[in-house]
Amino acid sequence: MEITSTTATPQPATRPRPGGAPGGTAVHVRGLRKRYGTKQAVDGLDLDIDEGEIVAVLGPNGAGKTTTVEILEGFRSRDGGEVRVLGEDPVTGGHAWRARIGVVAQDSRDQAELTVAESVRHTARYYPRPADPDAVVDAVGLTPKARVRVRSLSGGQRRRLDVALGIVGRPELLFLDEPTTGFDPHARRDFWDLVHALRASGTTILLTTHDLAEAAYLADRVAVVRDGVVVAEGPPGSLGGPEARVPLVSWTQDGVARSERTTTPTALLSRLAATAAGPDGEIADLRVTRPTLEDVYLELVGGPESAAAEDARPTGTQEDAA
Amino acid sequence: MSAVQQATVAAPPRGRRPDRLPGVGTLTLVRAGVELRQFLRERDAVIFVFAYPVIMLAIFSTVFSDAQQGAEGVEVDFARYFLPGMIATGIMLTGFQSIAISIAVERDDGTLRRLRATPLPATAYFGGKVVLTLATSVAQTVTLLAVAALVYDVPMPTDAADWATFAWVFTLGTATGAVCGVGFSSVPRSGRSASAVVTPVVLILQFISGVFFAFYALPGWMQTVASVFPLKWLAQGMRSVFLPPELEILEVGESWQLGAVAAVLTAWLVVGLVLGVRSFRWRRRDDG
Repeated sequence: MEITSTTATPQPATRPRPGGAPGGTAVHVRGLRKRYGTKQAVDGLDLDIDEGEIVAVLGPNGAGKTTTVEILEGFRSRDGGEVRVLGEDPVTGGHAWRARIGVVAQDSRDQAELTVAESVRHTARYYPRPADPDAVVDAVGLTPKARVRVRSLSGGQRRRLDVALGIVGRPELLFLDEPTTGFDPHARRDFWDLVHALRASGTTILLTTHDLAEAAYLADRVAVVRDGVVVAEGPPGSLGGPEARVPLVSWTQDGVARSERTTTPTALLSRLAATAAGPDGEIADLRVTRPTLEDVYLELVGGPESAAAEDARPTGTQEDAA
Repeated sequence: MSAVQQATVAAPPRGRRPDRLPGVGTLTLVRAGVELRQFLRERDAVIFVFAYPVIMLAIFSTVFSDAQQGAEGVEVDFARYFLPGMIATGIMLTGFQSIAISIAVERDDGTLRRLRATPLPATAYFGGKVVLTLATSVAQTVTLLAVAALVYDVPMPTDAADWATFAWVFTLGTATGAVCGVGFSSVPRSGRSASAVVTPVVLILQFISGVFFAFYALPGWMQTVASVFPLKWLAQGMRSVFLPPELEILEVGESWQLGAVAAVLTAWLVVGLVLGVRSFRWRRRDDG
């Protein structure tokens, strides 16, 4: 089923956006700063997102992700820096600007007494050219729950409703804050397909997530934030540059575990086959691994210990609570 | 979610600003529909708001069924004396208490944050609350009047002037209560504490404002304190409508003081508006 406008036909993508950012930039951030008390939450952050792009912002809790995203959404003021979202400053963005963005936030418990269908339907009324609410409910897989009160949804169903409410206004730019938290693997895969479909239709998406597999699967580009700045950015497959992607060859020789990083693993293997192979011609415990996005990420944000310590903070997802 | 749907979801119209946004009037109606629907589905709130004044009227009128209220030879049935206070209390419940609690809860549960991210104007959000408040206040007052008239034989005013007074006191009181509710909604620190913070304020005002006890029988200092707040004046305005004119001498100034009723309620309306506009937040306090 196609989700179509109930009030107007979509415009061709080639038409220039009046007042929009030059060069098809959906989000433009330069030198963004935000301080809470003594904590510099965002410390000169730069970020660009092109129209139609999916960018994942990664980083440990407290790195400044949520603060940055909330500034872009117009929820927070900033102390300094330049911010343009769909060509406008979020601080002064009016209702017409809000009609062009969609926000899927964390931790919502609202509208408990409405049914799923009612919730999506009335939210659609706020927008000038909404999608068909029933089709949106269908797209997030909640049609069987359409007549059920929101209060009785499971956590994952609730998140899918949040997504439906975020996209029913057909936003040009969609903010997804840890959207698949609480999803089972099947629902998560369905959700990924939905995100790809949104992108195929031209929606720009800014995604924050702790799920590195999700970032690798969905994002055209990832930006890693640490201590309020972007420390690395690029396509998920080449984040951190070639040095971060050097394969690791590990094996056991004379009962001792050995490993070696090399850009020429095949050459190393033939050398090992000649020198380290046992009587049967096999190299014990041989493995050749390439660092995953998660390995690269953990390296960038200061190793697994640091990330784990951040995750254990009692503040949980309210990383920017000041 | 089928493969067919996934292929073509939500093409955002690109390359131009959105069409004309829905009007504030339309959105107020949309919000009013949502407010009414949610209210009616919270059965405990419905029962509390509608039944509380009626039950209180029933209890007091039954306990004191033989008693007369008054002094110096001017007396009326207890139920008749009690009714105006219950109407005032009902207006306070649906206006001030319901709004203060519901906004505090909606700030806490993310309703306001979500609405803030949509093109919905704040005016339409409050418009929806106003419609809900009006609807519940009218329904509740009609119930109260019906029970008083049919069960306790309280005579209803026959004079058009009395009903005119009733209309403006009711409207001004409802508006003042609602606006003060918006202002007070920022006081509770969380949705869970909202009832605990708001209810005592309402209860104390009820006791000192002559809702449960005859106002003329209260100590002077208590009358003075109550005179600062709108509930006393709301109840007094309602007494002028439902009590016989000879009871006017029991009032503090031996007068219904309708001018002062209008002045104090209007003053609180303005104070509530200013406080409401200045203190209203879309976000929780701990959200920074």
